[in-house]
Amino acid sequence: MMEQFEMDLWSPYVVGAGIGALNTLAFLLSDRPIGTSSAYARGSGMIERAFRGSKVEAKAYYRKFEPVVDWEVVLVFGIVVGAFLSAVLSGSFRVEAVPALWAARFGPDPILRIAAAFAGGVLMGLGARWAGGCTSGHGISGTAQLAASSWLAVACFFIGGVATAMVLFGAGV
Amino acid sequence: MDLAIEDLRSNHRAQLAIGLFIGIGFGFLLQKGGVTRYDVIVGQLLLADFTVFKVMASAVIVGMVGIHLLRSLGLASLHPKAGSWGSSALGGLIFGVGFGLLGYCPGTAAGAVGQGSIDALLGGVGGILLGAGIFAWRYPSLEERVLRRGEFGDKTIPEILGVNPWMVVIPTALILLGVLFWIEETGF
Repeated sequence: MMEQFEMDLWSPYVVGAGIGALNTLAFLLSDRPIGTSSAYARGSGMIERAFRGSKVEAKAYYRKFEPVVDWEVVLVFGIVVGAFLSAVLSGSFRVEAVPALWAARFGPDPILRIAAAFAGGVLMGLGARWAGGCTSGHGISGTAQLAASSWLAVACFFIGGVATAMVLFGAGV
Repeated sequence: MDLAIEDLRSNHRAQLAIGLFIGIGFGFLLQKGGVTRYDVIVGQLLLADFTVFKVMASAVIVGMVGIHLLRSLGLASLHPKAGSWGSSALGGLIFGVGFGLLGYCPGTAAGAVGQGSIDALLGGVGGILLGAGIFAWRYPSLEERVLRRGEFGDKTIPEILGVNPWMVVIPTALILLGVLFWIEETGF
């Protein structure tokens, strides 16, 4: 058993089936799907409240998604912990700012990579809330429920993502 | 509905523990699947590495069958999100551009932080928090002008087609399985 935990990579089918089982468990035990992007909205509200005080809670969006630690916020915290455990057990934990594929195309400058990642992150946070979900909430949970909104959103995630990656790296890399 | 499950679902502290537990399992699996890595995600967007698709399709097949089984047994109800062209399609495309630049998504960025990726922490988590904050700030006017354009509600595909959900679940699972077999055969 321990040997499996120490492996660097598992079959993507085993991993996917496990995630599908966790999603089913979330419906059974918590009556909710797995999702992560509303946690970022709540987190953003909590940070803003730390600077600007409780008037932040009056914003229409934060009345819908109160800036409090809820199920999804602890889930995102759990993802960090779980990935850390997996990486440490397999010996693949590594502090790294510039992934190899990025470095091969744009060079090893960490400032450039982090700036591009930040710009991408801002668009992603905006788009996830705009579309009402991310690759988890729409991509894995919404599609599994056969929600029309989720299949449309996921198609658009990948249309936008593939187009952007092709522009950045040149098609056919 | 089973009373014990009702109790569990309304127990706030138990729910936070369950969320944490499921999150740890989710993060562990994402990292073991390799999908917390920038190179793997961008490899998928460049259509060179189909790991992300394999993980997502397997998760959808198992989750779809599992969730619909629970529903048929009366143990769970669906929570489909409402959508519109203005929100799902336009928001999805904005997300997609961010996806291509960042190379992680909100869940896998958190996983990448756990494996030591600084770009996922400073760029990913930091950027997503700011982007979500910008959305919250502009929400009232976006809601009025864009998000409701072409609304189609929280309908599921079986509801739109007017059929029993299993009439869509089974063919969708078979199609996804077929695509996975085809990808393996062609060597992606």
